[in-house]
Amino acid sequence: MFKSLKRSAKGAGVPHEKATAGMATVQMPVPEHVIIPMSMHIGAPAEPVVKKGDTVMVGTLIGKAGGFVSANVYSSVSGVVQDVAPMRMVHGPMTTAIAIKSDGKQTVDPACVPPAVTDKDSLMKAVQDCGLVGLGGAGFPTHVKLAAKTIDTLLINAAECEPYLSTDTREMLECSDTILSGIETVMKYCEIPNCIIGIERNKPECIDLMCSLVRNMKGVSVKPLPMRYPQGAEKTLVETCTGREVPQVGPQGKPGLPADCGCVIMNVTSISTLGKFLKTGIPLTTKRLTVEGDAIVKPQNIEVPIGTLYRDVIAACGGIKPDVELGKIIFGGPMMGGAAPSADYPVLKQNNGLLLFSKKMAVLPEAQPCIRCGRCISACPMGLEPVVIAEQFNNKDFDGLKARCIDLCVACGSCTYVCPAKRPVSQTMALAKAWYLGEVRKGGK
Amino acid sequence: MEERLLVTASPHIRDNSTTRGLMGNVLIAMIPCVVASALIFGARALLVVGVTTAACVGFEYLYCLLLKKENPVGDLSACVTGIILGLNMPVGMPLWIAVVGAFVAIVITKQLFGGLGFNFANPALVGRIVLFLGFTGRMTAYVYPDMAVDALASATPLTSTVNRYNVSFLDMLLGIHGGMLGETCVLAILLGFAYLVATKTIEITIPAAIVGSCWLFTALYVQDPYIALIECMSGGLLFGAVFMATDYVTSPFTTKGKLFYGVFIGLVTFLIRHFGSMNEGMSYAILLGNLMTPWFNAWGHQVALGFRKPAKAKKGGAA
Repeated sequence: MFKSLKRSAKGAGVPHEKATAGMATVQMPVPEHVIIPMSMHIGAPAEPVVKKGDTVMVGTLIGKAGGFVSANVYSSVSGVVQDVAPMRMVHGPMTTAIAIKSDGKQTVDPACVPPAVTDKDSLMKAVQDCGLVGLGGAGFPTHVKLAAKTIDTLLINAAECEPYLSTDTREMLECSDTILSGIETVMKYCEIPNCIIGIERNKPECIDLMCSLVRNMKGVSVKPLPMRYPQGAEKTLVETCTGREVPQVGPQGKPGLPADCGCVIMNVTSISTLGKFLKTGIPLTTKRLTVEGDAIVKPQNIEVPIGTLYRDVIAACGGIKPDVELGKIIFGGPMMGGAAPSADYPVLKQNNGLLLFSKKMAVLPEAQPCIRCGRCISACPMGLEPVVIAEQFNNKDFDGLKARCIDLCVACGSCTYVCPAKRPVSQTMALAKAWYLGEVRKGGK
Repeated sequence: MEERLLVTASPHIRDNSTTRGLMGNVLIAMIPCVVASALIFGARALLVVGVTTAACVGFEYLYCLLLKKENPVGDLSACVTGIILGLNMPVGMPLWIAVVGAFVAIVITKQLFGGLGFNFANPALVGRIVLFLGFTGRMTAYVYPDMAVDALASATPLTSTVNRYNVSFLDMLLGIHGGMLGETCVLAILLGFAYLVATKTIEITIPAAIVGSCWLFTALYVQDPYIALIECMSGGLLFGAVFMATDYVTSPFTTKGKLFYGVFIGLVTFLIRHFGSMNEGMSYAILLGNLMTPWFNAWGHQVALGFRKPAKAKKGGAA
């Protein structure tokens, strides 16, 4: 009651649609060729270290991290490099990409041996050698996160609040051993005393399994989370699990990070990937995708080599229903994922879903006048006021936007989802945030 | 797969709420009030409500036709305004005055300010107040209910000469006393309120704050909780709190703002009823509340997650 006076932050009651959660993951047949971009993470793109005609194997380094905030890229198939050329990524920017023709054998590079981890530095090296980035969707290089000091809580994000997606659910059910070994290693060498695994209540079997497994692990607990989108958003997760608030502004005047309140968050698939790497030495080369939507013949969870084209993934899932007109291809979940202009884009490290919507589902209702019902305000997980911010943005009111903390918008889409007038609220918020940050940069305000 | 794909910004799904659906919920919630008014005051109640509703929808349609604007009748908001306005009239209201009220509500208060979402005050409320000032005699000519058994129950219980201890609680609940069409039957209003809350059309905050604060102030002033309760059940307080003060466009967004707004309306109603020259103060209280809404929004704004008050600049520093 008193908390709702501060901010109601109810989130959105999105549908779950997790029909694929009960299906075991299927291995995709090796595609004929893959296209692996050098920029599958936040930060500097990796630099290609192979050239046309080179022979590569599964796990061969093909792109070297281009700085500290960057990540290595490895080949996901064995075969021959066909081309190293610039390409346009699905969300717009250009990057260098390496096209590899597969020989179908999937020979593993003999250089892939389990790393020896003895202290924090060797763990950091192992994380970099794994090419690990935040696999929940953000793609933030993991070693940068773990390098932060004064961390007392490791949060494992298994909320999976996006509708349709069930890759994290399958990861927990199928790979719980590597999740636990990953947690153990990170806690031990990064000297983090506590770990909380946050799982939304719509996955009772995962909660039961994890609870029974962590019973004997010191400092590790499972936190069942309410079923409200966006429960898996970083700052919301920190607040629900620990009661702490990630500050708006960090120590050096930069945007606040979970590390500023003693937390580091890792997606459950990321920590499991680390566990697998420590065991086998094979870096991040495949990704589990939930392929769903009303236009696909066989909705399922499928493990695909990174760089596989959407087109091949769709074909491996039975293709598009013949009587359905395909309207939209979404990479990621329906709330925050992007729409692809065609099926000729590769699967990236941080992708976790591919949704095929029919025309009927893809066409959204038209916007009507705002009736000022305030539903966007009660939904906003960050406690912002989209109606007010939209007005301020229309008036280009810099001080107003600053006072209403527009820079905190996480673009979760809850406000658009709940709007009864079907207005593009979060899109307006995104424009307002971009304009505000641009003004800050210009004026140094 | 080669056909043209749609590319839009996320999110790619929407919930199934619509403006029309929300307005429809309000219409459904008012059915008990309409039925009760017909039972208590006779079939002419339906005629009055029907005429105001038809007039409101008609004015909205004609105005938009005249100005070549998109026809907004489908969102049902004019229907809601019409029914609320009708329920705010006594049963004997001449129909031409009812049409004047609809004109004031729709054309002057709503459309001239930009239509749905831009009106500064609840259209039906302004319609009611204009009629109240312009046709005071007609608007207060409360016709005695058909079913009234004694003279006491026939007058509005807020009239100062009525001894409030003699008012039958049951009659109050069922609404068998003089008053505006929709506002007498407490039971019907509560039914509508329950429906609105159950369908999440409105939050409980505003009605609870209005009725709660008005009851508290009255109870403290008259030193008697029962009389305070009777006063809260009479006049336009309940109907206004449930159907008029909760109008989205003219009430605050945030929980804090809604509480300020509710307590403000409760306080002003209490002050007008006990210290003003009128028996009835609800409509003016809501109007003042509507006008104060931008301030309530500003005062009651939410605290963003992670927001910390910036440290105050030290005195004496360079400007």
